[in-house]
Amino acid sequence: MLNVVNLEKHFGGENVLNGISTEINKGDVVCVIGPSGSGKSTFLRCLNMLEKPTGGKIIFEGDDLTDKHIDLNAHRQKMGMVFQQFNLFPHMTILENLTTAPMLLKKRSKQQAQEKALELLGRVGLADRANDYPAQLSGGQQQRVAIVRALCMEPDVMLFDEPTSALDPEMVGEVLDVMKELAKEGMTMVVVTHEMGFAREVANRILFLADGVIAEEGTPDEVFDHPQSERLQSFLAKVL
Amino acid sequence: MQFFTSFYLKFVDIFITRGMYKMVLSGLKNTAVITLGALAIGVAIGMVIAIVKYFADDSKALKPLAWLCDVYTTVVRGIPMVVLLMIFYYIILVSAEGITVGIIAFGINSGAYMAELIRSGINAVDRGQMEAGRSLGMSKLQTMRKIILPQAVRYILPAIGNEMIALVKETSVAGYVAVAEVTRSIFLIRNNTYESVVTLTLLAAIYLVIVIILTRLLKLLERRLSNNAKRRKS
Repeated sequence: MLNVVNLEKHFGGENVLNGISTEINKGDVVCVIGPSGSGKSTFLRCLNMLEKPTGGKIIFEGDDLTDKHIDLNAHRQKMGMVFQQFNLFPHMTILENLTTAPMLLKKRSKQQAQEKALELLGRVGLADRANDYPAQLSGGQQQRVAIVRALCMEPDVMLFDEPTSALDPEMVGEVLDVMKELAKEGMTMVVVTHEMGFAREVANRILFLADGVIAEEGTPDEVFDHPQSERLQSFLAKVL
Repeated sequence: MQFFTSFYLKFVDIFITRGMYKMVLSGLKNTAVITLGALAIGVAIGMVIAIVKYFADDSKALKPLAWLCDVYTTVVRGIPMVVLLMIFYYIILVSAEGITVGIIAFGINSGAYMAELIRSGINAVDRGQMEAGRSLGMSKLQTMRKIILPQAVRYILPAIGNEMIALVKETSVAGYVAVAEVTRSIFLIRNNTYESVVTLTLLAAIYLVIVIILTRLLKLLERRLSNNAKRRKS
């Protein structure tokens, strides 16, 4: 579904990603872990071209997203993204947050879009907040809405950029629960996270990034219980 | 006391008995027409420049256009309004009427300032908003229209109000190109009556009142905008 070929990203003179290649298949839940500054977020943001790679290819459903002539907007509709800072639209109600893009881009009628939004909102337990504004919600609630906003576009893959890092500890669980539910339903997910418990429980594959390369990868068992490289061992010793 | 009585009598004589209030009113109308027309042109130009420059940051195709915008801003800001006005009247738009020239020249002048106001309003909106819009598959322009501008308005509107207050006063030089706006009208009345005190005092009072009214309206607007924002937070 998503094929990353020798991905490179340089900011000025700094090499953030030094040739990353991996394949994400339908139904995969891939968690990306690694020390800060290892390029995890940059890697994720390159997948939907929010960050323009300086080298390599991103093949999504057969099309190379780094190709200049590709219709990036059409492809992004199929790649949902959830941000660390939620990035809900503060001037819109929750319902408007959820229906604007489907109405504009997928030509859904207002009624269709709202039905879908309310159904999904109900599933994350926030149906009664549809007419509130984002600022009236807690961080955890906002992030659940942000997940729903992405889901309303019916994406083929969901990208999560440290979705729980900006949350108060007591709200982390509610967001992770929604993500677990999503994984159980078979959604393809790429998750940059510091939540090792979540990664171990939900991921079918872990990528350990260090210094802009995949330093080690494997199943949660392999990565967490039998780490091969010294780099990963010392990282796990610090976070577990 | 004598002074005020005499002032009052002269005022009544000139403006009421001799009917010159009509000139003042028609002058006020022209002042309003130029101000509002120039404001509309200024906002339109400013909006286009601001958006071009916002997008030019990561689009090579727009770079020449952005450069042109910079030239425009620099040139316009570097030339005094009166000079700009006369260039338009005597060189560029020779066959146009004074009031049309006024609207266009003031509009082009104010566009250069609006561009900066609107740009800083757009920049005040969190960067993540653009990313969120783009990640959903919206184009830059769609995100700008639906997400960024509605939020930027909160910062931009008060600034435009301030610009409008400056603009009203600035139109007082439109008389240089034979537009009978309110200043020019009063000057004509003064030349006619040789009465400086009454006419110029009235002129100053007229601008003062206009500015006070606009300032009040602006305060009201700002309060409403911040109330809207607060309501979303409560």
